[in-house]
Amino acid sequence: MEHITTPKVEQVKLLDRFSNRATAGTLYLTATHLLFVESNTAASEETWILHHHIAVVEKLSLTTSGCPLVIHCRNFRVVHFVIPRERDCHDIYSSLLLLRRPASYDDLYAFSYNPKQSEQQRVGGWQLIDLASEYERMGVPCDHWQLTDVNRNYKVCDTYPRDLFVPVSASKPIIVGSSKFRSKGRFPVLSYFYQEKKAAVCRCSQPLSGFSARCLEDEHMLQAISKANHNSHFMYVMDTRPKLNALANRAAGKGYENEDNYSNIRFQFVGIENIHVMRASLQKLLEVIGTKSLSMTDYFTGLESSGWLRHIKAVLDAAVILAKAVTVEGASVLVHCSDGWDRTAQVCSLGALLMDPFYRTIKGLMVLIEKDWISFGHKFADRCDQLDGDPKEVSPVFTQFLECVWQLTEQFPQAFQYNEWFLIQIHEHVHSCQFGNFLGNCQREREELRLKDKTYSLWQFLLNDQENYVNPVYQPGFSETHPVLEPSTLPFSFKFWRNMYHQFDRSMHPRQSVLKQVLSLKASNRDLEKAARALEAKLQKQGVFLSIAVDSKSKDPVHPVRPKSLILSAPLNCKEDEQKLSVCDRVRTVEGSSSAENGYNEEEEEPASFTKPEPTLVSLERGVARMTC
Amino acid sequence: MEFAELIKTPRVDNVVLHRPFMPRVEGTLCLTGHHLILSSRQDSNEELWLLHSNIDSIEKRFVGSLGTVIVKCKDLRIIQLDIPGMEECLNIASSIEALSTLDSVTLMYPFFYRPMFEVIEDGWNTFLPEQSFKQIESSTDEWRLSYVNKDFSVCPSYPPVLAVPKSIDDETIRKVAIFRHAGRFPVLSYYHKKNGMVMMRSGQPLTGSNGRRCKEDEKLINATLRAGKRGYIIDTRSINVAQQAKARGGGFEVEAHYPQWRRIHKTIERSNILQESLIKLVEACNDQSHNMDRWLSKLEASNWLTNIKEILTTACLAAQCIDREGASVLVHGTEGTDSTLQVTSLAQIILDPTSRTIRGFESLVEREWLQAGHPFQQRCSQSAYSNSKPKWEAPVFLLFLDCVWQILRQFPCSFQFNEHFLILLFEHAYASQFGTFLGNNAFERRKLKLPQKTVSLWSWVNRPQDTERFLNPLFEANSLVIWPSVSPQSLLLWEGVFLRWNRSSKCLDEAYEEMIHIIEHNKELQSKIHTFGGKEQGYRKDIIVSPLTLDSA
Repeated sequence: MEHITTPKVEQVKLLDRFSNRATAGTLYLTATHLLFVESNTAASEETWILHHHIAVVEKLSLTTSGCPLVIHCRNFRVVHFVIPRERDCHDIYSSLLLLRRPASYDDLYAFSYNPKQSEQQRVGGWQLIDLASEYERMGVPCDHWQLTDVNRNYKVCDTYPRDLFVPVSASKPIIVGSSKFRSKGRFPVLSYFYQEKKAAVCRCSQPLSGFSARCLEDEHMLQAISKANHNSHFMYVMDTRPKLNALANRAAGKGYENEDNYSNIRFQFVGIENIHVMRASLQKLLEVIGTKSLSMTDYFTGLESSGWLRHIKAVLDAAVILAKAVTVEGASVLVHCSDGWDRTAQVCSLGALLMDPFYRTIKGLMVLIEKDWISFGHKFADRCDQLDGDPKEVSPVFTQFLECVWQLTEQFPQAFQYNEWFLIQIHEHVHSCQFGNFLGNCQREREELRLKDKTYSLWQFLLNDQENYVNPVYQPGFSETHPVLEPSTLPFSFKFWRNMYHQFDRSMHPRQSVLKQVLSLKASNRDLEKAARALEAKLQKQGVFLSIAVDSKSKDPVHPVRPKSLILSAPLNCKEDEQKLSVCDRVRTVEGSSSAENGYNEEEEEPASFTKPEPTLVSLERGVARMTC
Repeated sequence: MEFAELIKTPRVDNVVLHRPFMPRVEGTLCLTGHHLILSSRQDSNEELWLLHSNIDSIEKRFVGSLGTVIVKCKDLRIIQLDIPGMEECLNIASSIEALSTLDSVTLMYPFFYRPMFEVIEDGWNTFLPEQSFKQIESSTDEWRLSYVNKDFSVCPSYPPVLAVPKSIDDETIRKVAIFRHAGRFPVLSYYHKKNGMVMMRSGQPLTGSNGRRCKEDEKLINATLRAGKRGYIIDTRSINVAQQAKARGGGFEVEAHYPQWRRIHKTIERSNILQESLIKLVEACNDQSHNMDRWLSKLEASNWLTNIKEILTTACLAAQCIDREGASVLVHGTEGTDSTLQVTSLAQIILDPTSRTIRGFESLVEREWLQAGHPFQQRCSQSAYSNSKPKWEAPVFLLFLDCVWQILRQFPCSFQFNEHFLILLFEHAYASQFGTFLGNNAFERRKLKLPQKTVSLWSWVNRPQDTERFLNPLFEANSLVIWPSVSPQSLLLWEGVFLRWNRSSKCLDEAYEEMIHIIEHNKELQSKIHTFGGKEQGYRKDIIVSPLTLDSA
């Protein structure tokens, strides 16, 4: 509270980012949020901004109407306030600079957040995801893979979790030796076990090979991984970096595996760029899409030059290569990058998602994130800018993972139990620091922070709200016909994720949401079924018999999958019309649309009377925003 | 002429057909007067029937004596036929070439096609101008139907019956017609019931370089204004293009002579540029060797979505003037047969809920495109693969459909029809067994005796069992004006048309099926509850019935 000098400012204007619309209201600064309450509308809409979400605060030069304050958030909200008095603006500005990123973990929201749950519920939340049973589900330990206690005290690798799986034949000295030859001690361990072919996905960091250094233990380690799989006489080593980067690392005593030193490995680069390139790419993308009255040409040119979709494609391409090697060739794969916590996490987790339908369920995605990201030490604190740290460590690596998952849900609309709101909600909370899950950089740090004692788990919170996150057209049976997903990675298969990067820009979205519509229909179906059963029972009691069974799967679809073509009157089933009416553009905001909001005529100023929106459906957006409060 | 003369080899065995995302088929290739047919011997369901008029271009290649013919269709699909024997292959190729480029309209398939269904409602009579005018008449008496063009002498590209201001007599109209491009005098396109404002369309005024004026023209359009109100003239050309048109006798309405009107210039591209845009877009979509950067830059360079954005923006502007500013609007470009129609028809989609129903949309296409004289035959004679230099070809109608699709994507519950309906219209505008899209205007259609000699597309589509597949299961009648977003992030590539043959849509189709299933199931349950409830009075009020009605408070 000591940072807040001006807790309330009246007569503040909130400018719409894309049109010239302004709403007046009052700005409040609380210990955790910046709150704007509209004053002129009956509904008095509220905009809540969590301090931790704020990425950049800018105070622009004074104008006649006041002092502009622009706030860019990590959840891609951009707000533009105009504060009448320069002093108030400066106060808010300086407070926000101090509040947005505290110096120590203790000041993060998670430690003060209190959702009024019992201690039992809080503890239960942390027990929801259990990685030991996840490894068991995968089928380890088994003949060839065992749990090692070598890292029980974080002695061998302090950024790894305590429990790690390694080949049975890898003895402790080999593990320790190998870890000394790997950057940050991150030796090869099991990430995912593909039971069907007994093939393993392993992960590690780059070897400290320099130009010629070798390490027998490390060579043994790889040999052991390779030998643990009888299906294949070789294993792949996937270096997820561009070759040039790996070569450059050799000068610093790091590098990549020399195929001559390791028997039976096939080495491959896959060319995903580093965190700095990714950070710059997202920044460029946000710059482009934040432009007012953007032309189509500038949009596409900007999309291209930002390279964002190129990077997304590179990550997914790598995951596809990984999944193919494991499922088709039955080969084990060792994945690494430099430190093995960014690109490696992306590729391993997406590869597993392609191979294992479990990760396409709500619970499964939680487990996957818990395993490949949280436990293996993706540096959430640094990458998501939780504390006042090095800005060069910030990078949207996890955001890219979520986007890749989204791209897959677009291609396989029935394969995933969750919908895009789930992904967006996870993204929201990775940056909110409201829950303990993503705080810190590794497990050791989290234990020191005693997060499980002091904070709440996000997963329970998401599960409580599950009905908003389910994909209404999800088919559990899809995983039987498509256990392994084979997505297209042709450029046209990648789309710009508008609902993520423009989630708060109402005017950009479809005004009616298919997802919402179908979700509520499904909910209504459940209620109706219940009611029908109750009625039926009641009627039967009264002696009225009706032979109506309420079963949801008996009816054949009325509509043909493909519309028959009319070009001919000939038998129609011979035509190869493949058409699509996709349900894929799921949208979270369903708002009234107004012509003024869209600015069809740039030459003209909008008369004020035209800004009244036409209400259509209600919005979920505010519901989402509230959850972070 | 006999078709047989053009068919050098009517039949070849052991031909192999390759199609995207389908297994290869081996069978017998037959050429008939209007079709290319391939049927495998095993079972009849492996067949290809392709209308010659759907073929945009062909290519042939030889490896030894095995010839390959690549057939590129106007619906953008590409198929490959491996034909054993060089001579056969050459014969087939040249026959297809000849049959797919027949000059005479009367040789087209619609003149030979006999429907295999019973025509219940003749589509040629479904949308008569008198009928649609009745609707307008019920809310206003300021307009009348004029038969001044009944013999097509005043304007050959207009229909015989047109709605004009009641206070303007036919003599005045004749004079106005002389002052407007190709006789296209301002006519009523849409009457906005909500506030009585109107949208008119016309050809450009022939002011020429010396600034000719026509008092009758001024009188006609001023007659549509309310006292003290101003109107908007939306010129679909940039001010420069409009200026240049003066040198060729055209021009625009100058403020001095039309003081009650405010002119706004917008830039919608014209025929050749649009055709080129389509060709580039299709090329980009078909080349799978691209990396991401190249794909995005090719997509950009095609300018397709830029065109979509321009057209939609202009249509929204027209709708905004009418609905929000309470002003009447006159839309024109040069001829008033292309960009003008895109704007007037899309503005109606935005403003008029009726035009978002199947019948309403058909009526819109009939009024604003067919009757309004969009030269379908010229515009749609070639598609994206044609090797010949385009003369009058332009995907003007396809752009319109794409714009409708964009709005449909943004308001997925406000349309009674689905994407398939739009694709159907695209296909039939380019190649069809129906006569609907033949000819360039009402006059030509009358000369060709299309209503007597061919079947209307509407006759088929409007049969209940055939309409069903074009119904949008999410449709909830919505009486509101729908304002689409025109920001680049909101506009999408129409995959259903442009990627249709480049990627498998199986997963998407199945998901769509599932969605329909959920909706159907909901309806079933509702009716079940209803039946139960009838039997068990008093129980019904406990049940929450669908929460999905649009709240238009």
